[in-house]
Amino acid sequence: MKGAHDLGGKTGLGPIAPEKDEPVFHREWEKRAFAITVACGFLGEWNLDMARYARERMPDPEYLASTYYEKWAHGLSLLLVEKGLLTEEEIRERMSELSKSDS
Amino acid sequence: MSSKHKHAHPPSEVELKVKALESLLIEKGLVDPLALDELIDIYEHRVGPQNGARVVARAWCNPDYLHRLLHNATDAIREIGFEGRQGEDMVVLENSPTVHNMVVCTLCSCYPWPVLGLPPVWYKSAPYRARAVSEPRSVLAEFGVELGEDVEIRVWDSTAEVRYLVIPMRPEGTENLSESELAELVTRDSMIGTGLALSPEVIQ
Repeated sequence: MKGAHDLGGKTGLGPIAPEKDEPVFHREWEKRAFAITVACGFLGEWNLDMARYARERMPDPEYLASTYYEKWAHGLSLLLVEKGLLTEEEIRERMSELSKSDS
Repeated sequence: MSSKHKHAHPPSEVELKVKALESLLIEKGLVDPLALDELIDIYEHRVGPQNGARVVARAWCNPDYLHRLLHNATDAIREIGFEGRQGEDMVVLENSPTVHNMVVCTLCSCYPWPVLGLPPVWYKSAPYRARAVSEPRSVLAEFGVELGEDVEIRVWDSTAEVRYLVIPMRPEGTENLSESELAELVTRDSMIGTGLALSPEVIQ
């Protein structure tokens, strides 16, 4: 499957810029995204390849502009909806409730 | 604001999404909040390159162990107590004066979690995934590693199934060091192949 994720040999992407003494997670939400993704993997509703494919289905420009855990969050949300465990509406509603209570 | 721009500078949208997913999953009893905290603690504090460093140090000290590692890495790594997710099928690559191995995952970010922990951002970045296979020497130069022209560089592309661990060359002047002292010389990057093991002067 060709897509933005198939990066081997692509040019024009700039320097690698490794970060010195990089922390395991950069933001608190990254920890939560990691943990819920791994925990949901144990539900047995999908395997690793399906999880990857969910991330790879991001539109190309979005895939390239997203960080690793943004892709994870996107992929997890897609799989949960596709497997009927959550609905898009309830995710949207909860996000809007949370944005009101946060501000 | 374009959607592309929104995602280049993450924040609230994804933060809200993750929060929403977590709270819904907990409410429905699909995930256990204690298990989430435990997972974070494991990968933030207990599993990391210090594990792989022990494997490498043992291989440097023990030829029988090195032999087992090269023939069945998964089992040999399990002997030290490291196994599990994202390390079910391990392959160990030994560097030599004539061959330098380097690992990438061009398609995503496959990485041997049980021995190296979670991958750093640069390993998951588009430039590394793109360039490691086409111009490994210029990539190595960005990490401050220069190898002689006579050294063959072998680049290994990880898959969802097979994960690699590089055994860097044992630094000179380390004959009298113990296994645990040797482990301190083994950096994460040296086990990915974008670095070399440290020389003993560095840690003294």
